[in-house]
Amino acid sequence: MNTTRGFTGRPRAARPGLPPGQYDAGDDWPVLSAEVTPEIAPADWTFRVGGLVAEPRTWDLAGARLLPAAGYAGDIHCVTGWSKFGVRFGGVSLDAFLDAAGPLPSATHAVARAHTGYTANLPLADLTGGRAWIVWEYDGQPLAPEHGGPARLVVPHLYFWKSVKWIAGLELLDHDEPGFWEQNGYHARGNPWEEQRYSGD
Amino acid sequence: MTETATHTAGATAPTPPARFAVPGRIEVNGRVAGTWQTATLTGIRRETPRASTFRLAVPGWAGHLPGQHLMLRLTAADGYRAQRHYSLASAPDDSGHIELTLDRVPDGEVSGWFHTVARPGDEIEVRGPLSGFFAWPGDRPALLLGAGSGVVPLMSMVRHHRARGLTVPLRLLVSARGPEELIYAGEFGAETTPVFTRTAPPGTPVGRLAAAHVAPLLAEPPAGGWEAYVCGSNAFAEHASRLLVAAGQPVDRIRIERFG
Repeated sequence: MNTTRGFTGRPRAARPGLPPGQYDAGDDWPVLSAEVTPEIAPADWTFRVGGLVAEPRTWDLAGARLLPAAGYAGDIHCVTGWSKFGVRFGGVSLDAFLDAAGPLPSATHAVARAHTGYTANLPLADLTGGRAWIVWEYDGQPLAPEHGGPARLVVPHLYFWKSVKWIAGLELLDHDEPGFWEQNGYHARGNPWEEQRYSGD
Repeated sequence: MTETATHTAGATAPTPPARFAVPGRIEVNGRVAGTWQTATLTGIRRETPRASTFRLAVPGWAGHLPGQHLMLRLTAADGYRAQRHYSLASAPDDSGHIELTLDRVPDGEVSGWFHTVARPGDEIEVRGPLSGFFAWPGDRPALLLGAGSGVVPLMSMVRHHRARGLTVPLRLLVSARGPEELIYAGEFGAETTPVFTRTAPPGTPVGRLAAAHVAPLLAEPPAGGWEAYVCGSNAFAEHASRLLVAAGQPVDRIRIERFG
């Protein structure tokens, strides 16, 4: 271990729930996106599940709201180092959308695409079983555009670049296809507990 | 699912066109990016009352492109580690050194160590360069918009442009609260327009970056158009990117790096 002379760090207690290399952002919720924030009216938002499915399906926000309400309350972790505890998102479990479209047995991965064109790749296993959501509320309020409103994907057990803002759709594939940041050197999966930040990790 | 069918936009709705189609520009070497290296602090240069430049010798540095960043970590005696991303300030060169310019953030855990404890000879760990998205190899006309320490990766581009004697058009609009907070003030040339938001020298207007700064540059763009690079706080990034779009810059040719 290479100790840094004179460095003590902030006073700290063991913080359960803080992955290695992360710090608690407290009340801050930094905005990190590489693109121009799009102006998408809630009435214009759509979400499509296509690719290797029995029946490609597209929802608008009103249709998505008719699915059983589900939300995520917990922590999120950004690859740039901050973690945010106790966030509350409201929306629908991704399982509800996938069940309606019917993934084919050959589907193993997905590319999540934003209305801006941004993409992220995810193993299908990371999107099912109550581990991923499409959300349009934060703390009971409509999700702000800079945080992905009208609606975004949330996959809280992975680094947050996977939780695609302004989500437009999921394309189910039988192979892994790197998304935007994964093509720019980031890790294919991005598990914060294993510090899977960059492709060399 | 009849209840959803009444509200669906149709099963055949196409995937929306990709407007943010900016591809990764530079392939990042995963092996290099994944390796922590020991860097030795060789010099500290004051830039403004709040910002200083830290020069590091990194014997194994693989080289970088302007706009790339690195990850840096400090380790306490009890094993506690703090790591942060910082933009590279220096142009790529063969000196075996890189430079970082850090703001002194109130209560900053890592920047605080740099500004109050660090001295030449200290060793830290770095990995990188990282991310090819914000990189500018000097191949396309570049319109750079930065605020505060957001100017750091843009200055690497300006320095690169100068060091290589590049002729591809390059313009920098840089915002600071006042002249005393303008990082690299002594290095700017004709390519740069400073914008002062609180106090300005006599004869210079005070006010935030505005359409009047951006519109003329987009009214007469260089051949092939500008590649725009925006770096600063989220508030600045939102403001500056909207100005660019309003002035006609395509969204798929705007790259943004926000402080988080």
